[in-house]
Amino acid sequence: MASSLQIAGINKRYGKADKSVEVLKRIDIHVEPGEFLILVGPSGCGKSTLLNIIAGLDEPTEGEIRIGGRNVVGMPPRDRDIAMVFQSYALYPTLSVADNIGFALEMRKMPKAERQARIAEVAAMLQIEHLLDRRPSQLSGGQRQRVAMGRALARQPQLFLFDEPLSNLDAKLRVEMRAEIKRLHQSSGITSVYVTHDQVEAMTLGSRIAVMKGGVVQQLGSPDEIYNRPANTYVATFIGSPTMNLVRGRQTGQQFEMLGLSVPLAGPASPQDVLLGVRPEHLRFDDASPWRGEVSVVEPTGPDTYVVVDTPAGTLTLRTGAQTRVQPGDRVGITVDAVHAHWFDAASEARLS
Amino acid sequence: MSAKPSLTATRVLVYTVLAVAALFFLLPLYAMLVTSFKTAEEIRAGHLLSLPAGLNWDSWSTAWSSACTGVDCNGLRPFFWNSVSMAVPAVLISTLWGSLNGYVLSLWKFRGSDTLFGLLLFGVFMPFQVVLLPMSQVLGWLGISSSIGGLVLVHCLAGLAGTTLFFRNYYSAIPGELVNAARIDGAGFWQIFWRIVLPLSTPIVMVTLIWQFTNIWNDFLFGVIFSGTDSKPITVGLNNLANTSSSVKAYNVDMAAAVIAGLPTMAIYVLAGKFFVRGLTAGAVKG
Repeated sequence: MASSLQIAGINKRYGKADKSVEVLKRIDIHVEPGEFLILVGPSGCGKSTLLNIIAGLDEPTEGEIRIGGRNVVGMPPRDRDIAMVFQSYALYPTLSVADNIGFALEMRKMPKAERQARIAEVAAMLQIEHLLDRRPSQLSGGQRQRVAMGRALARQPQLFLFDEPLSNLDAKLRVEMRAEIKRLHQSSGITSVYVTHDQVEAMTLGSRIAVMKGGVVQQLGSPDEIYNRPANTYVATFIGSPTMNLVRGRQTGQQFEMLGLSVPLAGPASPQDVLLGVRPEHLRFDDASPWRGEVSVVEPTGPDTYVVVDTPAGTLTLRTGAQTRVQPGDRVGITVDAVHAHWFDAASEARLS
Repeated sequence: MSAKPSLTATRVLVYTVLAVAALFFLLPLYAMLVTSFKTAEEIRAGHLLSLPAGLNWDSWSTAWSSACTGVDCNGLRPFFWNSVSMAVPAVLISTLWGSLNGYVLSLWKFRGSDTLFGLLLFGVFMPFQVVLLPMSQVLGWLGISSSIGGLVLVHCLAGLAGTTLFFRNYYSAIPGELVNAARIDGAGFWQIFWRIVLPLSTPIVMVTLIWQFTNIWNDFLFGVIFSGTDSKPITVGLNNLANTSSSVKAYNVDMAAAVIAGLPTMAIYVLAGKFFVRGLTAGAVKG
């Protein structure tokens, strides 16, 4: 049942030729059958436009979209065999929950008995059987979200599209529904594309993540690759919370020379300035280290404690265990292992080595 | 919100002003009603505002079926039914047409649709006198001049700008995602209109029905110009009835005729008035 999705050379420009705005620049992504692709980026990065182009709600200026090998550009949404979950849920206000779920089946002229069986099946899957007779306005946010999922699931399409489906929910429900979406994807195995600006959703749900900015895919890779080998400083700082520490300096090969201090740290030697990137969990306190600073803020989160340290080379954030005993004002030494150091060119911001 | 408002001086003033205004507007209706139940003798003898001796329905039946309007003496009845057979289709068609226009102009925007809507707005402010001549020419070409069908067409066209404006603004509040969801679900242009959009439109449909019915039923200009002998609406009939000269002016019949001519619009307001206010203030579509 699962189909592949190929996004091939998609460009999108708005406006007239001489003063057009390029929203998407040569997007190439191949999604394997059953994969869960995340499009993540800040607002205005083009991720929603790309999703609308896949759905057929918008057309690309150039390029092809192939669902299961068949080019669908120019085809109306109804013929693309897709289902979409919207941010506002977009439930039909005058139809009951059952009719909302069955609407697509009705439009495709599925016989009533078969339709009702399918609605019951989906309702059971999402545990919303008791809501079938209600109107959307009588439901809570989480229930509406479930109905919107049910509407998409009912059709068993070749492709699921999600447009920031969890951003209208409160924090607790969001975590619940995130797990629910993951479970539904694992059981249905339907190829999915999911747009979000939330990096936690991206990391937890995706089998692959495309980090976008300014209409360009900055990096496409598994959550592991994105987190552990970010392609540039943009990806490095966008994914991960608290964000990765970046420190400017010179790398001679064995020694990293920062503003006002120098530490022994192996890395790719470069004649130009480089940026050292270290995730907060990879910085350690080490009294013997020449890299010293003063603790300015201590933020306990429960399982971890974030410690902000002012050093001559810049402000760093460390993630330490909950039992840390440092206090604001303490003088501390900081160190990082070479294996956890990320190196970026300071000018191009691209990853070195 | 707060507790029961106390009877302050301001409040007394407000109620007094409102009561005077209500009286001012009700007085003509009162005068019409009492006069219509009086005999000619009572009208001559009594005061305009004095109550009639009894409920005398004679002038009502005269106005309805035997008063003279020019040479014919069949009362308002034929004119009334002309108005019904003109207003009902014209109201329904112009409302449905306006809702379709509004649906396209707000949810299926195309290149130039906003400009088109801007131009359509001219129609709302256009004095209808300027279209009388071209319109009669067009009706002639279509072969429906001096007929009920012609009047229906004229009223549909004249009302279209207003009904489109009503629906366009109402539908602007419908989120585009709703239409997109329906498109992905496989619904087409008409299915989305009938199944999703029109069921959301009850308040604005009521507003438009009342608005159009009042305009069309009360219209005199088109009625007097574009109608033929057998297709005159009730406003023209009432005018003819009141102007037909006889030795004695039958005020009681004139008043009864005027009330008859106004009854349908009053009935519509009473039946659907609560939707009118609700529809005018209805904004976002919750769902």
